[in-house]
Amino acid sequence: MSGQFRFPRLSLRFIPVWRRNFLVWKKLALPSILGNLADPMLYMLGLGFGLGSLLPDIDGMSYLTFLGAGTVAYSTMNSATFETLYSGFSRMHVQKTWEAILNTPLELDDVLMGEWLWAASKSLLSGLAILAVIWILGLQADWALSLWLIPLAFLIGLCFSGMGLVMTAISPSYDFFMYYFTLVITPMVLLCGVFYPVSQLPLMLQTLSAWLPLSHAIDIARPLVRGVIPVNWIGHASVLLLWGLCSFWLALGLTRRRLLE
Amino acid sequence: MPVVNARNLRKQYGPSEVVAGLDLSLASGACHGLLGPNGAGKTTTLKMLLGLIEPDGGEIRVLDLPVPSLARQARVRIGVVPQMDNLDPDFSVTENLLTYGRYFGLKDAAIRDRIPSLLDFAGLNSRAESRIQTLSGGMKRRLTLARALVNDPDVIFLDEPTTGLDPQARHVIWQGLRKLLSRGKTILLTTHFMDEAERLCDRLTIIDRGRSIAEGSPRELIATHIESDVVELYGEDASGWGRQEGMLHADRIEEAGETVFCYTRHPRPLLDALKDRPDLKYLHRPANLEDVFLKLTGRELRD
Repeated sequence: MSGQFRFPRLSLRFIPVWRRNFLVWKKLALPSILGNLADPMLYMLGLGFGLGSLLPDIDGMSYLTFLGAGTVAYSTMNSATFETLYSGFSRMHVQKTWEAILNTPLELDDVLMGEWLWAASKSLLSGLAILAVIWILGLQADWALSLWLIPLAFLIGLCFSGMGLVMTAISPSYDFFMYYFTLVITPMVLLCGVFYPVSQLPLMLQTLSAWLPLSHAIDIARPLVRGVIPVNWIGHASVLLLWGLCSFWLALGLTRRRLLE
Repeated sequence: MPVVNARNLRKQYGPSEVVAGLDLSLASGACHGLLGPNGAGKTTTLKMLLGLIEPDGGEIRVLDLPVPSLARQARVRIGVVPQMDNLDPDFSVTENLLTYGRYFGLKDAAIRDRIPSLLDFAGLNSRAESRIQTLSGGMKRRLTLARALVNDPDVIFLDEPTTGLDPQARHVIWQGLRKLLSRGKTILLTTHFMDEAERLCDRLTIIDRGRSIAEGSPRELIATHIESDVVELYGEDASGWGRQEGMLHADRIEEAGETVFCYTRHPRPLLDALKDRPDLKYLHRPANLEDVFLKLTGRELRD
């Protein structure tokens, strides 16, 4: 049993798995981009202009700018989550794509690595799409500094793709994912400062928020849009990376137990 | 040297031993059948040979490589047709082959060179750009077989290759497998279709409850394990007649529902005796692999 949680065996054989998913994505690129972009963008623009016009500046930012920075992180998280949960589960359980791959020289470690990096790449695109909106509206204070949102989006992608793969590994059906959304993703959206500063929350909720990875993502994203170097960005980035690595490892162990026993 | 050699293979799930000391040896260029009722351990054995499940005991060598420690290298030269189709529904026929070839580390150009001959083999030349959902069950199976050949493997594992296919489609798959054998490939297939095993396999291993209970060519198995002739009796009084008269003339009788099976090496006296009973319907036929299989594994259902 403990053998299932041994260290991942790393190799470049994961690349064909990434390419497989990329090829599927390419065929459905237009609806996929629209789906990824339209929803978060409408929230950002609707709330940003509509609600924002009633609100004072927050930390020297317009509400639209404040929300834009949060939306980069939130949109990336959503994309990584949906890809690893629904698409991942369908490849693992419904289409048996992973089973087909395991009959080739690839190992489950390669498959999961390919899925992890693919979901992070795809979610990077979602982050980029929102970043493009920020640029078009000229919300960023410092153009060069806002470029750092790109690696940040990839890091957010790794974090939430890893977490999503853990859920996929233990899920009996698509319905199970509702728990994850209700208990993990929704609290993340509402407590981590996407729509309002965490400092407005009661102390207990602030404490909870500090434990959630999305807070750390937003703690980096918002200063970058505002044009300042984020305080303790190394600490925040490390938290995201650690969540990503640990959950990937856990997901791999759980999937090994599920498929290779 | 055998292509696949497994010694004293064991795998336990909870209290039940699914594979319990199985020996298996595949000669190069031969078609070897693994025959057994549901739950006999066929699929588990295949997965252990591929290095996908770690055995609890025993030794495996595939293409002279130790498995599971060097299973990855072994799988480079193995083709697999799984029990359930798992073609990529998002892709066309060609894209399925291309994507699968990449898993073997093949260059795109090399795969594209192979695709026409693979399509030819599968009889799917005109469907190269079709989506998977538009293919019939038989076409999907043929494509799955072609996909297993994308790496030009030395040995091919097939897990119940024709389950769920109509007779026409099964014959096409069998033709394909014969073609592969004539090219010198080694085949290991699991099946519970006796006609499939009898037609295709040079050697058979009948397994039950994770153990090999008989091994040999189909003919040897029939000659060794069963009487040459079978007379099947049907009708209301079949059972009564079988127990009295039948027993006198047959070597052995078995009852299954309304049918009585009389096994004998000398059918004449039995058939003569039946002339006096025109009310009994009967069928006289040579014994086949199914008789051997049922004798060795019993008639009760395995679910």
